[in-house]
Amino acid sequence: MSVELAGYRSGRIVQGLAARIGRILSGRRMRIMHVCGTHEHTVSRHALRSILPDGFELVSGPGCPVCVCPAVDIDQAVRLARGGAVLATFGDMVRVPGGDGSLETARAEGADVRIVGSVTGAVRLALEHADRDVVFLACGFETTACTYAAAALSGPPSNFSMLTSIRLIPPALDALMRMEGVSLDGYLLPGHVCTVIGLEPFEPLAARGIPMAVAGFEPVDVLQGLALVAEQAATGSPACDNAYGRLVRRGGNAVALEAMASAFVVEDASWRGIGTIAGSGLVLRPGLEPLDARRRFGLDEETRPDSGMPAGCSCGLVLTGQAAPSDCDLYATACTPADPKGPCMISNEGACRIAHVFDEQTGGR
Amino acid sequence: MSGRDRVRLGHGGGGRLARSFLENEIRTRFRSPALAALDDAALLEIEGVRLAFTTDGFVVKPPDVPGGDAGKLAVCGTVNDLAVSGARPLYVSLALIVEEGFSMSGLGDVLESAARAAERAGVQIVCGDTKVVGRGEADGVFLTTAGIGVVDHGVSLGTDRIEAGDRLIVSGAVGGHGAAVLAARGELGEMTGIASDCAPVTDLTTALRGLGRDLRYMTDPTRGGLLSAAVEMVSGLGVGMTIDEPSVPVEGPVAAVCGLAGIDPLMLACEGRVAAVVSPGGAGPALEALRKLEAGRGAAVVGEVVGEPAGRVVMCMAAGTSRLVVLPEEDPLPRIC
Repeated sequence: MSVELAGYRSGRIVQGLAARIGRILSGRRMRIMHVCGTHEHTVSRHALRSILPDGFELVSGPGCPVCVCPAVDIDQAVRLARGGAVLATFGDMVRVPGGDGSLETARAEGADVRIVGSVTGAVRLALEHADRDVVFLACGFETTACTYAAAALSGPPSNFSMLTSIRLIPPALDALMRMEGVSLDGYLLPGHVCTVIGLEPFEPLAARGIPMAVAGFEPVDVLQGLALVAEQAATGSPACDNAYGRLVRRGGNAVALEAMASAFVVEDASWRGIGTIAGSGLVLRPGLEPLDARRRFGLDEETRPDSGMPAGCSCGLVLTGQAAPSDCDLYATACTPADPKGPCMISNEGACRIAHVFDEQTGGR
Repeated sequence: MSGRDRVRLGHGGGGRLARSFLENEIRTRFRSPALAALDDAALLEIEGVRLAFTTDGFVVKPPDVPGGDAGKLAVCGTVNDLAVSGARPLYVSLALIVEEGFSMSGLGDVLESAARAAERAGVQIVCGDTKVVGRGEADGVFLTTAGIGVVDHGVSLGTDRIEAGDRLIVSGAVGGHGAAVLAARGELGEMTGIASDCAPVTDLTTALRGLGRDLRYMTDPTRGGLLSAAVEMVSGLGVGMTIDEPSVPVEGPVAAVCGLAGIDPLMLACEGRVAAVVSPGGAGPALEALRKLEAGRGAAVVGEVVGEPAGRVVMCMAAGTSRLVVLPEEDPLPRIC
């Protein structure tokens, strides 16, 4: 372990922060939601829930881009891949089932599905395969959207296009706060997203009386952020704190924001398991139509209501903190990591998948 | 036929899907007791001579991973399976399946690299086969090697010899080969400076065999990395194992690639490392013997065999927390952000 990392993983500091949260709680109960798959990754990888004080519950919100990507978008990607295009996307997207199989099963049937680590990798594929259509399944939040914007604005080759499925975090938090049945004491804001968009978009939400803090991705970062949220909640002084000052600026990253504004426009968008949230999606701006795979391949006409939620699946309730994975009838019976039904069981960052692994780790079931 | 009825990449990986394939499709059909252990190599006794015998196929993409090209990998993979079984590797076969149109000089490079690796490992390539298939019927060049070695008198290794209190040692930094493959595939963008750890481990295993009875068991943590190796080691045993994460050596560039991809370096393949279980008293001498060798300079004690939980591996993190290790269903994929 490197010297720099060692500090952010220090047992002494981590245990000290957990004790501090315990003192802040001093007996009361608190329920905080994070909205970032990578936060969940840190929390589960370092088993941080095991040291959080009794009465403090950290739940996983709609922060896993793989989980919230609508089935119809997967279906469109599968259709393009089966139709002969080179379909490029991130590794954890290929196993997500739509209504008609996943990109992985399409690949097993002969479709050309490639894993890339960034949109740049997809553009490179387009340059290497100039005689073929290369489509990038551009899903994710603000974190990756700014890189798609940069690619769209940099004059990519004419055989390159994007199937966008971009979602925005602040409108989703706004919708969550207005949702009946959602009862939370605060939010841990996503460090990657805030590095791009800053804290300003969240300030009006905090002003409505909801405690929030942004945190980074090492154990000390996460606990520091949680301590700040707990402090605000306990003292009744909601704000928008920054526990990730080494990367997050209040105004965000101006270059990234400008690129996104130049490449995309805001639209209402559907979140798998949750439904449509106003103003929560980005699509390519007029003038960039040639890059839009839906227009290029006439997919828009085939758009249909999202049918991706299997009967009995509670992912929508899980994603909004209204149910624990184990509350779902399918959990660990019909829906397992080996044979996932709902989106939260598919991604390594999905709440049900993580709960299942945690149950196995603790022999909990 | 739906996608679920087809063979998936994960069936040949290092996760639970691959394990279930072995259980359901292989073990049910091939019932030799020598196969039953599903160990690195089969141990056979022929007229009083104990032999280790193994085979491996190599379809690595891209074929020219820095430090771990296909030719070197094909020889080292088989040699290392023999070496960690306690054998002195002696003879290796090499079979080629080449796609029509593959560059002759590229093929020459693969063979030259295989020859150099064999020389370094002290084995002879003594038989082989060449098949050429039509363009598009294979991707470049696929290699298959098999190898035999002799297990000397007095060498007795097995997971059944592992006892509570024993120590887990790795011979050097982990995850180097897997990280080099990830970097070379270009999926994570342009990366340089990450070379595979691919090398014959014969010198390391010879040094460890010098411990005699204090050496309990050896394996090479290839697919699935150190964690999978540890899980397989104690699976079904009456003892478990703890791994102290901060003690596991990981080189900076490997940690960086893993951080980007969201992949645990302890789950990435090594192709030139040995994971050995030694007695409590054998740990010091083992480290001393390994560190005398260039390839063993980074050797470290990374874990301990414990009574509870039986058959499981517990990972102890720097944060002072711990968790049971559960192997993923399939090989990990780079995540979105």
